[in-house]
Amino acid sequence: MAEVVLSHVSKSFGAARAVRDVSLTIPDGAFVVLLGPTGAGKTTTLRLIAGLERPDSGDIAIGGASVVQDMPAQRDVAMVFQQYSLYPHLSVRDNLAFPLRSPVINMAEPDIAKRVQAVADALRIGHKLDNKATALSGGEMQRVSIGRALVRQPRIYLMDEPLSSLDAKLRADLRVELKRIHAELGATFLYVTHDQIEAMTMATHVGVLDRGGLVQFGTPRQIYVDPVSTYVASRLGQPRITLLPAGTFGPGAPAGATQMGLRPEHIVIGEGQPATVRRVERLGDQTRLHLRLGPHEIVTLADPHTPLATGDSIAIRPQTPLWFDASGTRIQG
Amino acid sequence: MSAYSVTEPSRASKSIAAVLVVVYAIITLLPLLWIISTGFKSGPDSISYPPKVLFEPSLEGYVNLFTTRTRIGAEQFAALPPPETWYDEIVRQSGTVIAGPSRFGERFMNSVIIGFGSTALSIFLGTLAAYAFSRFKVPLKDDLLFFILSTRMMPPIAVAIPIYLMYRELGLSDTHLGMILLYTAVNISLAVWLLKGFIDEIPREYEEAALIDGYTRFQAFRKVVLPQAATGIASTAIFCLIFAWNEYAFAVLLTSGKAQTAPPFIPTIIGVGGQDWPAVAAGATLFLLPVMIFTILLRKHLLRGITFGAVRK
Repeated sequence: MAEVVLSHVSKSFGAARAVRDVSLTIPDGAFVVLLGPTGAGKTTTLRLIAGLERPDSGDIAIGGASVVQDMPAQRDVAMVFQQYSLYPHLSVRDNLAFPLRSPVINMAEPDIAKRVQAVADALRIGHKLDNKATALSGGEMQRVSIGRALVRQPRIYLMDEPLSSLDAKLRADLRVELKRIHAELGATFLYVTHDQIEAMTMATHVGVLDRGGLVQFGTPRQIYVDPVSTYVASRLGQPRITLLPAGTFGPGAPAGATQMGLRPEHIVIGEGQPATVRRVERLGDQTRLHLRLGPHEIVTLADPHTPLATGDSIAIRPQTPLWFDASGTRIQG
Repeated sequence: MSAYSVTEPSRASKSIAAVLVVVYAIITLLPLLWIISTGFKSGPDSISYPPKVLFEPSLEGYVNLFTTRTRIGAEQFAALPPPETWYDEIVRQSGTVIAGPSRFGERFMNSVIIGFGSTALSIFLGTLAAYAFSRFKVPLKDDLLFFILSTRMMPPIAVAIPIYLMYRELGLSDTHLGMILLYTAVNISLAVWLLKGFIDEIPREYEEAALIDGYTRFQAFRKVVLPQAATGIASTAIFCLIFAWNEYAFAVLLTSGKAQTAPPFIPTIIGVGGQDWPAVAAGATLFLLPVMIFTILLRKHLLRGITFGAVRK
């Protein structure tokens, strides 16, 4: 277990700048989630830490020592690939044992058998150990690939959208499982995803990436309530934040603000300006209202058992909204 | 994934296909059958016209292949003790006695050493080179690959004279090493190109996973890439062996004595005591076997190592 520090790391592939000037400290024992859409540089950041790519500039330190010149094997990191990457010529058991048989670990066979069995049972693939890696379902393959990381106790676990190909039930189970492993081992995790639920539920820290740059780093709560820009604000929250021109509800905007961001908790129903209910989505535990206010669409939450129906008219007003300037940068109101 | 037809072929088209395959097989296998059967014919049977399909099998051809014989005077012949072995007996029937073993065994072993030696070397060098071309940024990669391929754009025999002179100067003429190096040089371009294609197909993620799992680049190559390239290596090895095994022109030119391979030797059998077709056919039959056995042994590898489904595309 160790602290991982990236300082001013940049990496380009030809003309494409995958990662630009990223500085990031992953505290020892933290569960850091990197959030961003496809192409934001999340996977490249992981690969840079793993040693599969070399940074063009900047430094990466694990446990206080620079690892930029080290081979992946010397860095003592474990990684779960998005594409499973199970060794197809080996059985599930041998796939899981592969890292433990490496020259750097070289564990005794009886100990390997024990560890493999324990990890396989935790991931509920114990009965598949003697299958060929290719004779598994997608979900099982992904669990084996997570297991192949978990058999080790590396300085940091790197995970590249490990749950993205699983069905919803398994994904929820494994979220809990990973969180439990994190709590039990006290291990350091760097986890890449574009799924905000994974970010909110598992992370101790969230880093938001935009076109290769780290735009905000903090606790999930900080990122949610105190986003630095419209980009960050729209990464988290279901339903998404609604952006409206600053003057939609009359004066009161701070100087320089051109946009206001409204999350459901920023909208008070029952007073203020009249809006029309366009659609009511009843999701069971919550009910979403799609409202029309003049030319604008607003999505907010209502009481799950609200009697409102399409065509109804209600009054709404903002309450402590988030303000942004023309470029999308946050302005403190 | 390639498209496939979901309709079963009709009975009629299946039968037509079966007939075509059988006819084609007969046409291709007929010369082979002719060689094998001639090897078991007696001298007169082998040249009878029309050719005999049914004949009394004889091992004369095989005995003649492995021995040299001399004709001796009738008195001496009558004074000989009775034949001690079955092959003595066969030889005596044509009025000759065994003078000693022929050189076929040696030549055959030369073929084995040179054929398998150059195949092993071609595969060893070819796999490493193909891996490097497939995975690393090699300066002038495309030019180098084209240059390697260009060595196959002329028949190898076009450079026979320079090679003959070079080999004479270097003392490589008529040596096993010389022939192994020569056949490797010819085969390596094929090996690099074929193997590069197979290695390109193996996703890099496997090696990356192995690198992170604590292995060096070379260990990852050995433990992860090689097992998956088994299919490609097996088929490339078969191609290399077939070329080296069958090669005739350089063998005639560069070998005469201790490193002579079987192809230039077999025709020389004809000259001993008339046209001995059964012995030639016996030599050709035995010559077929190693490549056949090698191919059958590797056949299961040709079906193995299918990586389908292990990496999500």
